[in-house]
Amino acid sequence: MTGAKRSTRPVIDLRDIHKTYGEGEAIVRAVDGVSLRVEHGDYVAIMGASGSGKSTMMNIIGCLDGQTSGSYRLDGVDVRLLEDDQLSKIRNRKIGFIFQSFNLIARTTALSNVELPLAYAGVSGRERRRRALAALETVGLANRVDHTSAQLSGGQQQRVAIARAIVGEPVLLLADEPTGALDSHSTAEVLALFDELSAVGRTLVVITHEADVAARAKRVLRMHDGRIVADDRSVPVDSLPPRLAGGRTAVAS
Amino acid sequence: MSISEGAKFAWRGVTANKARSALTMLGVMIGVAAVIILVAVGAGASRSVTDTLNSLGTNTLTVTPGSNSGGFGFGMGRGAGGGGGDTGSGTSIREANLTMADAEALADPDLAPDLLHVAPVVSAASVTATLAGASHTVGTTTGSTPTYLTINNDTVVDGRAFSQSDFDSHSRVLLVGPTVAKELVGDDGTAVLDQVIRLNGKEFTVIGILEAKGSSGIQDSDDRILAPATAVQDHLAGYGNLSSISVQATSADTVDAAQAQIEAILDARHRTTSDDRDFTVMNSATFLDAASTITGTFTILLGAIAGISLLVGGIGVMNIMLVTVTERTREIGIRKAIGAGRADITFQFMLEAVILSVLGGVAGILFSYLVCQIEIAGFRAVIEPYSVVLAFGFALAVGLFFGIYPATRAASLRPIDALRYE
Repeated sequence: MTGAKRSTRPVIDLRDIHKTYGEGEAIVRAVDGVSLRVEHGDYVAIMGASGSGKSTMMNIIGCLDGQTSGSYRLDGVDVRLLEDDQLSKIRNRKIGFIFQSFNLIARTTALSNVELPLAYAGVSGRERRRRALAALETVGLANRVDHTSAQLSGGQQQRVAIARAIVGEPVLLLADEPTGALDSHSTAEVLALFDELSAVGRTLVVITHEADVAARAKRVLRMHDGRIVADDRSVPVDSLPPRLAGGRTAVAS
Repeated sequence: MSISEGAKFAWRGVTANKARSALTMLGVMIGVAAVIILVAVGAGASRSVTDTLNSLGTNTLTVTPGSNSGGFGFGMGRGAGGGGGDTGSGTSIREANLTMADAEALADPDLAPDLLHVAPVVSAASVTATLAGASHTVGTTTGSTPTYLTINNDTVVDGRAFSQSDFDSHSRVLLVGPTVAKELVGDDGTAVLDQVIRLNGKEFTVIGILEAKGSSGIQDSDDRILAPATAVQDHLAGYGNLSSISVQATSADTVDAAQAQIEAILDARHRTTSDDRDFTVMNSATFLDAASTITGTFTILLGAIAGISLLVGGIGVMNIMLVTVTERTREIGIRKAIGAGRADITFQFMLEAVILSVLGGVAGILFSYLVCQIEIAGFRAVIEPYSVVLAFGFALAVGLFFGIYPATRAASLRPIDALRYE
């Protein structure tokens, strides 16, 4: 998608999303009326303390959980109308997940892990291998393809997970606390990788509670009690991410 | 997702915990092996009985005293006397008997043209043979005529058979089975030839050793002695009735005609009809039918019991698959998050269950082939191809059936719950 002409259709189009748990007195409004548009090529951080509803947002955006009310169009598709299996397919084609705990398949090589989304997408063996190797190359792990997750450091595991997320060329990369389990060195590596991915036009949404992680994004949303309470843009959608755009790291607060 | 891809994932699942997979397979293996081995034992027993009966010849008939309307005859000719019993609700209770005169009457070429040989059979119970301190309780003691040897396909391997003149002169001569010979003189038993041995204290001269017939599993066919009926009556059984009359028809095709002729002659002599007959004519076909019915039932029974252990093995597979699904909840969540559909997950776990049961099944088949090389109770178990197919098919079905529940449970996990699972 590098330099490709971008569709005017937003990647994420949330309208008045509510998500409640429980009933009556015990009702919990995890997400309480959120509307959000994320355009192609944007790099968005969603910040908030625990309990602010950002994890629920992540689940809804990632099509892992449905909203109670409101509409969600992912790359133009109304996901509310989809069945379990169709949601699997949507996740497979449109979203690349990066989790806090990496979530690689145990006892399986880096290469097989990266091939997995392509395998479920029905890509044939040789093509799959070629693309998986390219993705591992992108994250700088071309020399670790045959290592299992037990043989990789945390930072390396997260880079394998990023390779797995980008291998299917999804419209959205969705990261949930991607640096939460990493040391500062690995954190820097992963964030640098995100900058590069953003620079080549990928759309990223990063959920985090760390300000220095959020500072790398083009746009920062703050959530509190299930609502978006602040929406700050540091650089335009089309430009490079702040760090690469010339050291403008300040985030209005 | 392709099938080979799913198979790869499933195989990885099986090999992830080798000890557990091996134990699960062991359950199926034992089940499959039990089915095959027990059916093979049943088939082996059946074949052994059939062989024994066939060695008697397909054209032999046995007349025993007493009525036996059930059709199941166990007093097989030279056995321990025909079953007694009265003739039921007749007006007079008849003494069931067959006499030497009955046997002679059957040897009438005009009335019984289809009878080739007739031999009266006298049995003596609990005969102890002694020779120079060695003592042996003989399994079967039979007295008859020389034609008995012909009817029974008996051959004398050492020495000579007794003759009609031995019979007529009440000679105390004796043919011994290999078992008796070995018990009395040790080694291969040939030294017993021409020895004078005592049967219940009465002296008999061993003139021949009978050919080995082997064991039928239940009874040692070689633990027997054979002497002229006249001498046996004189010294061992006492005068009186015959235990049975052995008859050989002219051919296998005339067995039915021969049976009718025997019945006609004896009915006339005993003044009986088919309703109150005091004797029973059995032919070897009747024996074969009865024996194969019994062994067939026996085989099915054994197979069914073994089937239960296969079922238990299958439940073991299901149990382990449920544990596996729980253990790998997170993996299932990851797979679903990155695009695995229900079918993909179901297929993977079903295949894993099938791999476990099929490998167990193959191991069971190999194991049962090894076990069936061993002789059990004097006969070799005969592996029935159908039991192998059946047991393997059943193992496969067990894997599929008991894999369904864990697999669908895995497939229906919500990715969000599965990912949260620790």
